[in-house]
Amino acid sequence: MTRTFTVSITRKPGLSDPEGTTTRKALIDLGFTDVSHVSFGRTIVVTIDAPDEDEARAQIEAMCVKLLANPVMESYVVEASS
Amino acid sequence: MTIAVIVFPGTNCEHDIIHALGLAGAESEHVWHRDTDLSGAHGIVLPGGFAHGDYLRTGAIARFSPIMEEVARLADAGVPTLGICNGFQILCEAGLLPGALVANRDLKFICRPTHLRVESTDSVLTRAAEIGQVLRIPLNSYEGNYVADDIDNVENAGDVILRYSDAAGHVDSTTNPNGSTNSIAGITNAGRNVAGLMPHPERASEKILGSDDGMALIEGFVASTGLVDA
Repeated sequence: MTRTFTVSITRKPGLSDPEGTTTRKALIDLGFTDVSHVSFGRTIVVTIDAPDEDEARAQIEAMCVKLLANPVMESYVVEASS
Repeated sequence: MTIAVIVFPGTNCEHDIIHALGLAGAESEHVWHRDTDLSGAHGIVLPGGFAHGDYLRTGAIARFSPIMEEVARLADAGVPTLGICNGFQILCEAGLLPGALVANRDLKFICRPTHLRVESTDSVLTRAAEIGQVLRIPLNSYEGNYVADDIDNVENAGDVILRYSDAAGHVDSTTNPNGSTNSIAGITNAGRNVAGLMPHPERASEKILGSDDGMALIEGFVASTGLVDA
């Protein structure tokens, strides 16, 4: 069965995120003065043939560790798309 | 084979480094990333460029090119291995050097000469230089900002070989062009046979290019391959 997952990759806390910092400043200039943090990341949508969701998820997790994310600088979250 | 210069789709400094290695007396040859045999190579260089378009992350896809298993095998066996700019990014992604390179602090592509202070001569790249020596070598990168999950480990292990400085060798935040952690411009591995740096020594290989300071590094690397007497 074909299943689709969304992998959200974000910069690890503590690493500089100049796009996030600059965008937060712009939001504050626009009047959204309560914005305390903005961070940028990347979304990757992967569709895979797998017999069940657990197997599919295990493969996506393996892809994240091996290629999609770099654990030195990034964290990731895998979510099944409906 | 002499020194293998690995060429990925998108590599663009492979001719420059062969020229510079030649100035240091070494023959070298291009090896396509889909090849799988480096037997007989006395040294390996991963040159600059944009391997596989830098898609996903710099070096992330190149790190799985077929030749990289062979690069890792030789690097583990002690063969001198050098990554310049994109090559440095690939060696980090491959886990042959610690850390990673992220976007420059000011989100600008930086293309200008930088000064580098030699921090250690215990590497295949810096063995012919002197500690404290300042080299003027151009930087040409967007993702040149060095980070590591445990920077203290990298520092305490003596892995830092080059830092961005001013012409007098002074290092502080004002001499750091890209936000690199601790102004790190180049590092080596525990075995001291793998080295990477963001600036391009091959672009400072002759006076006519504005500086020949890069030859202090290139000559050291060539000497470490045993192809030319030190």
